[in-house]
Amino acid sequence: MATQHSRAAARLMISPAVVLLLGWMIIPLAMTIYFSFLNYNLLHPGPHNFIGFRNYYYFLTDPSFTTALWNTIVLVLGVLLITTVGGVLLALLLDQPMWGQGIVRVLVIAPFFVMPTVSALVWKNMFMNPVNGLFAYFAHSLGLQPFDFLSQAPLFSIILIVAWQWLPFATLILLTALQSLDSEQMEAAEMDGASAISRFLFITIPHLTRSITVVILIQTIFLLSVFAEILVTTNGGPGTASTNLTYLVYGQSLLQYDVGGGSAGGIVAVILANIVAIFLMRMIGKNLEG
Amino acid sequence: MGKISLSKVSKKFGEVAVIPSLDLEIEDGEFVVFVGPSGCGKSTLLRLIAGLEDVSGGVIQIDGVNATETPPAKRGLAMVFQSYALYPHMSVRKNIAFPLRMAGLDAAEQEKRVTAAAKVLNLTDYLERRPGQLSGGQRQRVAIGRAIVREPKAFLFDEPLSNLDAALRVNMRLEITELHHTLKTTMIYVTHDQVEAMTMADKIVVLQAGRVEQVGSPLELYRNPANIFVAGFIGSPRMNFVEGADAARLNAHTIGVRPEHIDLSKTEGHWSGKVMVSEHLGSDTFLHVAVDGLGTMTVRGDGEVDARYGDRVFLTPQADKIHRFGADGKTLA
Amino acid sequence: MARNVTPARKATVTVLAWGIGFLIFFPILWTVLTSFKSEGDAVAIPPVFLNFHWTLENYAIVNQRSDYLLHFWNSIVISFGSTFLGLVIAIPAAWAMAFVPGRRTKDVLMWMLSTKMMPSVGVLIPIYLLFRNTGLLDTRIGLVIVLTLIDLPIIVWMLYTYFKEIPGEILEAARMDGATLRSEILYVLTPMAVPGIASTLLLNVILAWNEAFWTLNLTAANAAPLTAFIASYSSPEGLFYAKLSAASTMAIAPILILGWFSQKQLVRGLTFGAVK
Repeated sequence: MATQHSRAAARLMISPAVVLLLGWMIIPLAMTIYFSFLNYNLLHPGPHNFIGFRNYYYFLTDPSFTTALWNTIVLVLGVLLITTVGGVLLALLLDQPMWGQGIVRVLVIAPFFVMPTVSALVWKNMFMNPVNGLFAYFAHSLGLQPFDFLSQAPLFSIILIVAWQWLPFATLILLTALQSLDSEQMEAAEMDGASAISRFLFITIPHLTRSITVVILIQTIFLLSVFAEILVTTNGGPGTASTNLTYLVYGQSLLQYDVGGGSAGGIVAVILANIVAIFLMRMIGKNLEG
Repeated sequence: MGKISLSKVSKKFGEVAVIPSLDLEIEDGEFVVFVGPSGCGKSTLLRLIAGLEDVSGGVIQIDGVNATETPPAKRGLAMVFQSYALYPHMSVRKNIAFPLRMAGLDAAEQEKRVTAAAKVLNLTDYLERRPGQLSGGQRQRVAIGRAIVREPKAFLFDEPLSNLDAALRVNMRLEITELHHTLKTTMIYVTHDQVEAMTMADKIVVLQAGRVEQVGSPLELYRNPANIFVAGFIGSPRMNFVEGADAARLNAHTIGVRPEHIDLSKTEGHWSGKVMVSEHLGSDTFLHVAVDGLGTMTVRGDGEVDARYGDRVFLTPQADKIHRFGADGKTLA
Repeated sequence: MARNVTPARKATVTVLAWGIGFLIFFPILWTVLTSFKSEGDAVAIPPVFLNFHWTLENYAIVNQRSDYLLHFWNSIVISFGSTFLGLVIAIPAAWAMAFVPGRRTKDVLMWMLSTKMMPSVGVLIPIYLLFRNTGLLDTRIGLVIVLTLIDLPIIVWMLYTYFKEIPGEILEAARMDGATLRSEILYVLTPMAVPGIASTLLLNVILAWNEAFWTLNLTAANAAPLTAFIASYSSPEGLFYAKLSAASTMAIAPILILGWFSQKQLVRGLTFGAVK
């Protein structure tokens, strides 16, 4: 199979994809780096002076950066926690014998296919709205004051919305993994006298580790750059209470037209994402080898 | 015609020389079996002949023409793979017809040849099925059918029976041998099973670590193995090897006696030992005897031998059937 | 595992699972129901579940007012366009990596995956400026280009895992049967690869349809797909629940149906074949 001829052909076939991706990686990134050292605002015409690390200095010392960084971490970890724990529990439930399993699966998976802007708006208006939302109605009928989710607990509300979108994904993957568990292994453990709890701890959970790793990796990629949900619900507010890094850089770039500052922010985001990525790739690399 | 000759053929994967340098002649119409333990390079050798791997050095000639650089499609050889490699999206008919279609034969000729092959292989009733709907043995037959329709110069078989159960394997073994008698086409057959090699081959090539240990007819290898490796590999159950005083007395480093060349007695003999396991096959009985001071030996007795665990027995090797080996493992003349 | 499950247990599990399934699905169901209500019924207290006057007027109004069809068409062009373009580039690459793996194939694949880790916001400014200067801003072709590049690694990975499952021996068999490279690809490889390519296509259309960073930032009135169109409801029209619901239902229905068909492939595709 591996003949000289096919080797050369193979290289030729791979190159367009590699060249395009390389270009996509390098050209805009180089431009961002270049801009990040300039005093460049689209609203102020004139020369774009080289100002060294001043953009970075302003970006990193801005208190909203610390807030945004913290919000990003809380958002990612919060959603990961809800979706993995909830996903494991749901998957275990759905793996039990029941009537109409196929239909339940379809119901559970549905939110994953809803576009972010739709789910954010539906939640914001029809559920979390303090006047007309369903939650407000339930609060009233229980004799409680309605809670204004998006102004009182904006970040928490966004976590809830995003978790709703990603819980199906985690559930589906973990359920698939559960169903691939060799039933003979379970029976062997049962014959060895393992109780239901020890079977779960020593067989099910280790079996799921790989899939949980995958769930965490893939969700992290997407969760680090949550954007639309924030844009249509809170606009990052009140203040910067629900601004994550992606949204902060977006605001700097396209709302304030600060090319230099936005670029510096973008580079910071890239560096932080890379730190996470190295960590994750190591984890997944180990888990995916087998 | 299907004469294949290899001269100084070698194959390296990176730094590892799987086949150091090898010469081999395969005559037209011969049934040649490459046999050896796993990892000995027998499959690689077959794939080099097929053209599925590039040689690192040396020349492969098919019918006197240098085919070293010829792509597999142009070598005029047919191959039956271990996994059968049937096209899952095509019916049996289309699978068998595929090489004919590739060769550009017209539909009528294709139909004629497929029908003929299906008849020979008992596949007539299955022509419209997909490979997924067939049993292991039937798939095997389709793979063979696909190989025979194009009337190749030679057939290459890569462990074709290893995925079948024992009974089917014996059947297919007979069928392939019969096919060879009918077609009289060169066949090269790779297996790790020495029984397949012994029962099917005109010529056996024993390989170890990419080297040819010995080439010969099954009985030649059985009677006159060139070295300890071949002696131990050919013949079942395995030859017994004895070192030390018994060997020294015959001016050898090691002597070997096949289980069927040892006389068994309850009263007297050259060696004495205790019966451990006895395997009663009906026609034969194989006794595993713990011989005093020498370790376990295997002895063949007739089917009626009544020996139980712990019985004391005496063994005597037949003097003219003892093989003598030097310290380098080679057979002593 | 042919063991009896007590009916009581099965019933409990069924009720629990259906209950949770219903809760998770409820926001979608509520949106669909609300889309058929009058604006009055949509905010009625107590909320009306099924016993309201069903109407299609919201759909009609949304279509009239906001040129829904244009945005729908934009979504189709952008999601299918970027997926097709991505497939054209990725199929040869994935084919080569699966069937002629070299020493660095694994590394190339990992590197491709790692480009997904780069946050889009890191290149927002240059892409925005490049698009502005080349007139690609708010054009469908511009978005197709960006989404193709964004999705390329995932497309390559998915195809790679599907191609990897086609046994190499079959291709060798074709070669032994006298097939040229062309007929090998045409008669053997393509038919076996089609299911994998179809799943890849389906999943990527879904991902591209729902992409909501570049579609929001690079479009305005002309090329805005449904994601951006819905975002325009964030205020103040969002307070018209029935119309918001009608627009939302139209935006998610096609992809929801596609998505339900692709459940099985979703797991394999999105986990790069790590979970099957």
